[in-house]
Amino acid sequence: MSTLSVHDHSVAHHEDDHGHHHHKETFISKYIFSMDHKMIAKQFLITGITMAVIAMILSILFRIQLAYPDKAFPLLETLLGRFAPAGRLDSNFYLALVTIHGTIMVFFVLTAGLSGTFSNLLIPLQVGARDMASPFMNMLSYWFFFLASVIMLSSFMIQKGPASGGWTIYPPLSAMPKAMPGSGMGMTLWLISMVLFIASSLMGGINYVSTVLNMRTKGMDLWKMPLTIWAFFLTAVLGILSFPVLVAGVVLLIFDRSFGTSFYLSEIVLNGTQVQPFEGGSPILFQHLFWFLGHPEVYIVIMPAMGISSEIMSVNSRKPIFGYHAMVYSLIGITVLSFIVWGHHMFVTGMNPFLGGVFMITTLTIAVPSAVKTFNWLATLWRGNIRFTAAMLFAIGMVSFFISGGITGIFLGNAALDINLHDTYFVVAHFHLVMGSAAIFGMLAGVYHWFPKMFGRMMNERLGYLHFWLTFIGAYLVFFPMHFMGLDGVPRRYYAFTEFESMKQWLSVNVFVTWAAIMAAVAQTAFLFNFFYSIFFGKKATQNPWEANTLEWTAPVEHIHGNWPGDIPAVYRWPYDYSKPGADEDFIQQTVPLSQTMSSNLPHDFEDNPTGLEAHNKWVSTQKSNEEVK
Amino acid sequence: MMAQIQQEDKLNLAPKKFNMWIFIFTSFMLFAAFTSGFIVYAGGGKHGLDFKLPPVFLYSTIIIALSSITMFLASRAAKGLQFAKQRLYLWLTVALGTAFFAIQIYACWVLLISMKIYFINPNAAQSFVYVFIWAHLLHILAGLLLLINTLIRSYKNVAQVKNLFNMQMSSIFWHFVDIIWIYLYVFLLLNQY
Repeated sequence: MSTLSVHDHSVAHHEDDHGHHHHKETFISKYIFSMDHKMIAKQFLITGITMAVIAMILSILFRIQLAYPDKAFPLLETLLGRFAPAGRLDSNFYLALVTIHGTIMVFFVLTAGLSGTFSNLLIPLQVGARDMASPFMNMLSYWFFFLASVIMLSSFMIQKGPASGGWTIYPPLSAMPKAMPGSGMGMTLWLISMVLFIASSLMGGINYVSTVLNMRTKGMDLWKMPLTIWAFFLTAVLGILSFPVLVAGVVLLIFDRSFGTSFYLSEIVLNGTQVQPFEGGSPILFQHLFWFLGHPEVYIVIMPAMGISSEIMSVNSRKPIFGYHAMVYSLIGITVLSFIVWGHHMFVTGMNPFLGGVFMITTLTIAVPSAVKTFNWLATLWRGNIRFTAAMLFAIGMVSFFISGGITGIFLGNAALDINLHDTYFVVAHFHLVMGSAAIFGMLAGVYHWFPKMFGRMMNERLGYLHFWLTFIGAYLVFFPMHFMGLDGVPRRYYAFTEFESMKQWLSVNVFVTWAAIMAAVAQTAFLFNFFYSIFFGKKATQNPWEANTLEWTAPVEHIHGNWPGDIPAVYRWPYDYSKPGADEDFIQQTVPLSQTMSSNLPHDFEDNPTGLEAHNKWVSTQKSNEEVK
Repeated sequence: MMAQIQQEDKLNLAPKKFNMWIFIFTSFMLFAAFTSGFIVYAGGGKHGLDFKLPPVFLYSTIIIALSSITMFLASRAAKGLQFAKQRLYLWLTVALGTAFFAIQIYACWVLLISMKIYFINPNAAQSFVYVFIWAHLLHILAGLLLLINTLIRSYKNVAQVKNLFNMQMSSIFWHFVDIIWIYLYVFLLLNQY
């Protein structure tokens, strides 16, 4: 009786709320300054895709330079003007290209584009909340991100070009506006853009954590949350703890650049003649502050992809995720460990070898939770009833890249081997596979899987397959040869390293890699066409097209403010009851109470629930006695 | 009872208060980063703070600690529905906060400079003092705005749920900036030679 009254009450309350919101919804409040998490997710996604395409074009430009250092392409001058005089890429512009490519991909695509899209879309829908804790902050988070993107791109419009000290913006290069063209105005814009970006990231992250901890629906305890939510939650925690440290580093850098302090600068002579007034600073200090963010940042990039892949692989293997608790604990392990490994980026900074050894051990320890996850994914696939949807392929691709890129991490985490491998193409190959490709594949898997939830239509599967195979093969062809270049000592970020006598032989490999990159880039048109075409003309989606268990598929296809008409559904079971023996179908949604699935219940479904266990045992014994009668 | 739960749900107050706690974590990390930066820099061995902190910082510390007490009294008055008292103590907190702000400004724009301790300085350990104070003053400013907002709303007869919520938000933040200053002060004291 009492539950009934609760039900009535909240329906009434909600309808009131609903009508109230409909009343004043205008074009601006619906599509631009929207406070609805689903719309904000779409805004993040489309901005993220746009930034990804731009970053990809930048990478193709510098790949062309690497493959053809001697050739002039008049078209480049037409397109880029002063950045490509006489059809050849300017060397400073080359540095700007790698810098901005890295910045955009790491922060704007794989942090904001990935977390921003899927945390916003899935957290309220999968934990059963009407919206985020603070929808207003959520809206601000998107618009700060948008502003940051615009400022970052606007640095292409200024005379001296964008920042070009590498995405890690190490001082002294970044701290002295006269050090190189890219250290001037471009660097200033980079810093402004990043401060806005961090503000956006923090506002988003605060909301995600608060929503997950406070606004779960009835019955959704932490151990009933899908792994996507666990991953987004821990990612947000990482961001909250590490981004402020980057702010501190950047603030001190701004003081050095613009006020003349000496936090990072000491005894420097510029261009061989101009003695600078700085002394006593320590550029290594910046590296400490930067990598205290920078290393958690790579897990901010990969953990959402891990969560998304876990969910998609379980749904499409029609099997519970293997080792759900181990998956959660390994995510927590990665989160904790990520804060004590930053020194492995600094092995060759003259660090005390003992300290290097400590960082080496903590770094190699991360292999343990990573391997736990990998084996659990493989075990989830094992003897599953696999459906090879496009999303599933990308999720499997993510695991593939994570393995092949992760293995080289063991080499790089070794303080002794790092002396050889530091700042070579081996590093480039490593992080492009393990964090770049793997995270992008996780993101694409998420787009294919949750497209019906976002837009109410399906994407074309065939184009998805084409996109997957071309991208998968392309990415391996691009990054795999780089390992060998790195082992040979080819340094990263060089404009024309094939001019060195000892590295001449890598020119042919560079040509191969560039064409593979161009192929993979062209393949993305299949995705872009598929994505935008399907938004308007795709096949209409049903409510639960993948027959998945999680809460978002119990919400209606049409987006409504508040996500569910009437009551938010309550949750009775974990999200991975796929192919449960004795069940009528191969999936049981989280909203189905155990009392409706007597034939498939198992004793361990009733941990901490003695009444339920009693009922279960009674039912089982009745069944048995019925059998005997027969 | 039922209605009250619904009310909470509609305004989302608990999650919003939680947002404030998480924001405090981010702020804390910022100051942790600055002070760790100081430790790494001073640990390099070439430079340290190299001066004795003037007593003015002790006075400002006492003032900000007092403001925490008045803030606590204001919260207690608000809970006990004594709104006149609540406003009085809020006014006191704002006044003490402003006094703290003024003293800190005086300390770094007049006193430290008269001691020939400059922001633009080859010894960055001394520049760090300025960074600590400025970053903290920024938080004080935010705290004061929050307090003034609460104060203005307390005159407008908002619902007690909202009034208490405003009080809690500003007191969480105000106690936090207080504790951060004590942390910075003790940190500087321990490193002053």
